[in-house]
Amino acid sequence: MIPVIEMRNITKTFPGIKANDNVSLELRPGEIHALLGENGAGKSTLMSVLFGLYPLDEGSILVHGEEVEIKNPNDANKLGIGMVHQHFKLLDNFSVLENIILGFEDTHRGFLKYDEAHQKVIALSEKYKLKVDPDALIRNISVGQQQRVEILKMLYRDADILIFDEPTAVLTPQEIDELLNIMRNLTEEGKSIILITHKLKEIRMIADRCTILRKGKGIGTVTVKDVTNEKLAEMMVGRKVIFNVDKGPSKPKEIVLEAEGLTVFDSLTRQSVVKDVSFKLREGEILTIAGIEGNGQTELVYGLTGLKPIASGKLLLHGEDATTWSIKKRNEEGIAHIPEDRQKYGLVLDFSLENNMILQQYNDSRFHHRGFFKFDAIRDYAERIIEKYDVRSGKGPLTYARSMSGGNQQKAILGREIERQTNIVIAVQPTRGLDVGAIEFIHNTLIKLRDEGKAVLLISLELDEVMTLSDRILVMYEGELVGAFDPKKTDEYELGLYMSGSKKTEVLS
Amino acid sequence: MKKWSMQGFFKWLNNSESSTKVISSIIAILGGLLVGFLVMLAIDPSKAGIGLWTILTGTFRDGTRSFGQTIHYSVPIILTGISVAFAFRTGLFNIGATGQLTMGAFAAVYVGINWTFLGPLHWIVAVIAGALVGALWGSIPGLLKAYRNVNEVVASIMLNYIGSFLSILLIKTYIYNQELARALSPAASAYLPRLSQLITTHRSSLNFGFIIALIVVAVTHIILNKTTFGYQLKSVGFNRDASRYAGINEKRNIILAMTISGAIAGIAGATMYLVPGRLMTIESSLLQEGFTGIAISLLGLSSPIGVLFAGLFYGALEMGGFYLQVTTRFVPQIIEIIIAVIIYFSALALFFQKYVQFVINKVVPESEVGHE
Ligand SMILES: Nc1ncnc2c1ncn2[C@@H]1O[C@H](COP(=O)(O)OP(=O)(O)O)[C@@H](O)[C@H]1O
Ligand SMILES: [Mg+2]
Repeated sequence: MIPVIEMRNITKTFPGIKANDNVSLELRPGEIHALLGENGAGKSTLMSVLFGLYPLDEGSILVHGEEVEIKNPNDANKLGIGMVHQHFKLLDNFSVLENIILGFEDTHRGFLKYDEAHQKVIALSEKYKLKVDPDALIRNISVGQQQRVEILKMLYRDADILIFDEPTAVLTPQEIDELLNIMRNLTEEGKSIILITHKLKEIRMIADRCTILRKGKGIGTVTVKDVTNEKLAEMMVGRKVIFNVDKGPSKPKEIVLEAEGLTVFDSLTRQSVVKDVSFKLREGEILTIAGIEGNGQTELVYGLTGLKPIASGKLLLHGEDATTWSIKKRNEEGIAHIPEDRQKYGLVLDFSLENNMILQQYNDSRFHHRGFFKFDAIRDYAERIIEKYDVRSGKGPLTYARSMSGGNQQKAILGREIERQTNIVIAVQPTRGLDVGAIEFIHNTLIKLRDEGKAVLLISLELDEVMTLSDRILVMYEGELVGAFDPKKTDEYELGLYMSGSKKTEVLS
Repeated sequence: MKKWSMQGFFKWLNNSESSTKVISSIIAILGGLLVGFLVMLAIDPSKAGIGLWTILTGTFRDGTRSFGQTIHYSVPIILTGISVAFAFRTGLFNIGATGQLTMGAFAAVYVGINWTFLGPLHWIVAVIAGALVGALWGSIPGLLKAYRNVNEVVASIMLNYIGSFLSILLIKTYIYNQELARALSPAASAYLPRLSQLITTHRSSLNFGFIIALIVVAVTHIILNKTTFGYQLKSVGFNRDASRYAGINEKRNIILAMTISGAIAGIAGATMYLVPGRLMTIESSLLQEGFTGIAISLLGLSSPIGVLFAGLFYGALEMGGFYLQVTTRFVPQIIEIIIAVIIYFSALALFFQKYVQFVINKVVPESEVGHE
């Protein structure tokens, strides 16, 4: 059997870093091949080389047994290779159909064959059960649907080698199930798939074989059913990974943050998306707000941190009325915020890492004298965070945030927020899209903070995470708190019922 | 020793984010000169070589005089270039430098004509008046953007025309010279002092405007690179959301950036008209200097030092164009072609940057690259 893709001894260097170092990968017809590795291991780079986004330094690529040169994505398309990127590449104000045919327009005397394209898209979406409205605008559909558009885009170009770069990182548990089903359909129709992920559960559910990368090097390829999860994790991070976190009982103390009937409006529709939410957060506990994405958690955090105004209700910080405080004041009075969207809010991507480390504190007298920066002090401070939080990057404090991998960006934000020594930490999906090594690190850090007597408010979609970390759980559904739970007396099944709105109890804070 | 410095150079090529940008600006310049040369070749092949030589060496043709003249030509362009670059670092496209410059020029000339009681401080106050009124004109799109989310490009284009017509009205009302159909000329005490007053052997029209430009370069460079204020401006420019998240007052920064940008354009206006022999006109066309500033800012990579060099280069081309007219049959419009091509090529800078990075990666030996 000739492999559909063979990548032989690929090496790719970026300034200061070998992103791929002599890596080989073989994709067999009809298989789902997982590409596993920590953040920054070089998975996206390897696939970008295959897709023609970067030229390779050394090595060769064979498609259906023949050596090829892939200079750009058009070459890749011609060879039947398609890719769904980690960050979608769709135009917000264009319709689904327009996005699908963009750059691949079929014309008759200069006019788009719109109807034919429409029919072809509908046929494809029925064949592969990719439900999506061809006429909807991208900005009006959910992330899960946008991903289907990306898949349709590949299929529309008749790709039969499909690359998915961390497709599940942005999806809810239900959407993940649907995506895995779609991928199964695709392979039944003869497509071959490379799936980049670092979720062992998914690999186990769907992949036939798995190639592991670590720090740019190929560690090996294994048949999934022949190895244990522990073995996979060990190959990925290079040491034994402890799957369970150590956590003693909590010792809650003073109330530091109190929400009383908080209501927050959506800025476009002027509808309330957070409705009359009340809770108390104490020092020395991890309080988790669980829920399916889009049920008001994001806006609740915006209300607490000041990114959106509180429409009604009250916010108390350390007993003081903070409802109308500015973001700056809330930062200074003790809120650290690890934001959901690390590229939009968390980092200034075109700043160096060290400049990002002083984003809230640039005006602190430690870092300037009469408005002039003390560059040495900034460098020292950044280096300390980099060291302590194991932030890996090409050029240390001088690395541009844009060129760092997602996991390292997240660790940098985590380090920055924690080192500000505030006593309230609001962490929104802090492990989204991260690998096991980084997740373990972040979980342990949050527990350590709690044990040091800080108050931690965790917003999470991952039920595993909710169950391991929380001291108390609140479930949010359609902007309201619909249940309060003790993690020792509940299970994922019960939480799921509340999260999907099937059950509801009056929550007394 | 030699070996070591070569390695240092390779390291800079490989690691510095700026190296590719600088190289792509140089490619843009060479491209512009090449096209200029081709045009001359098409017109008169026998003189094209001399023409190019004249353009490149015009600056040095007449010793310190032509050199001083070159710098003199570049002063308003350096200033408008910095005006545009400064706003750009805060994520704002100040296409309104022309309007700010015109209003600033009017204020400077008005003070220059009327406030003769100021004595030796006269020209300084006139320049300050230009800066203040330029700042006022720049702050309007800033305020609109910050509080009403009006796109600063649209607002400042409209203010260009308002400024242009308003200045005509004001000139006609307050400082009009009927005979010449132009503005009156400022008092001698309001002229920027010539450097030849200090160095008696110097013969060019170079004046204190250049010193002012150097001060503006230094101050903006320091603000942008060394201060917390510059950090805020850049942060807002790169990512407004993250700046808001961090508690940075983005509205205040937008207003300040536009105000400062306007002040610098206003100073440019003052340096243009606080000289003998140049009078404000009542033509309803926009002054070109504000738009050239956009190109120079692009070529200078939006950094004050870069703009200084790009502006001086522009001055050298102007000087070259002057001699081109004197010594060959070529029209000085060749210079405008060259500059236009450079602008196009600078706009393609992104493409060049990618290409340059690619070539560097290919050419520079692997062993020279510093691995950390
Ligand atoms: N365009 C780039 N320029 C410089 N370095 C890069 C670039 N893309 C990725 N890198 C670096 O290469 C390494 C591998 O990155 P990547 O392939 O994105 O990892 P992964 O997808 O496995 O998380 C990282 O250290 C990253 O910082
Ligand atoms: Mg990746």
